[in-house]
Amino acid sequence: MTAVAVAPQAQAASEGAVKTKKLCIIAYSGDLEKTWASLIIASTAAAMNIETSVFVTFWGLQSFVKDKKRITGENWMQKMLSFMQRPGISHRKTSKMNFMGMGPWMMFQLADKYKASKPKELLAMCQELGVKIYPCQMTSDLFGIKREDLIDGLEETVGAATMLQLATEADSTMFI
Amino acid sequence: MANEIKVRGDASGLSCPMPILRATQAMKTVATGELVEVIATDPGSVKDFAAWATSTGNPIVESDSANGKYRFVLRHK
Repeated sequence: MTAVAVAPQAQAASEGAVKTKKLCIIAYSGDLEKTWASLIIASTAAAMNIETSVFVTFWGLQSFVKDKKRITGENWMQKMLSFMQRPGISHRKTSKMNFMGMGPWMMFQLADKYKASKPKELLAMCQELGVKIYPCQMTSDLFGIKREDLIDGLEETVGAATMLQLATEADSTMFI
Repeated sequence: MANEIKVRGDASGLSCPMPILRATQAMKTVATGELVEVIATDPGSVKDFAAWATSTGNPIVESDSANGKYRFVLRHK
């Protein structure tokens, strides 16, 4: 058995209260790998007692539509958008080398092989650990995504002003 | 303060960030002052657990490694 060095601040952490830090993630992209990264960061942050909010907007919003929902929207353009990019956390496409779904399929095979958690599990973890996910009102209207199309457990639908308040009050903000 | 390990979690084989997430889940099941042991094989977990301890204030009271396995004993603050 060899001892593993522990950072001195890790031991000192028990003394005195630790100030709660805040993180704000703006999840703009709906690409598989970017959504994946957002969820890894959000779940880990929550595990580290960092108060985490995720503002989901534009293509990012599609990741938070229920998996079983196939078509969203009222008019043909909105329906066409959801037809071309199937919504739901399990139906993300890679930004490069998607190859009609071969890219994501291979990414998931690799994730299984290397026991990396997939976006769906990480999303469940985020919700379990209290990550606050705020859908964007304007994008919801633009895409015709109704509240009941979205997964359960999200915060209320908000706009840019709320996102900016979250971002300016946070210790760190990420645009992904 | 009790020094026996209350909950043991095995995150062997799991990639980042699962060891940290498993540790957090285990931590939620114990009371203040109680100990949780987590086993991981992810080499990044050595630094990650130190960062997690700093951020959460839950100290690492014991840690060692053998045969590619890393063991952390964490105290719920």
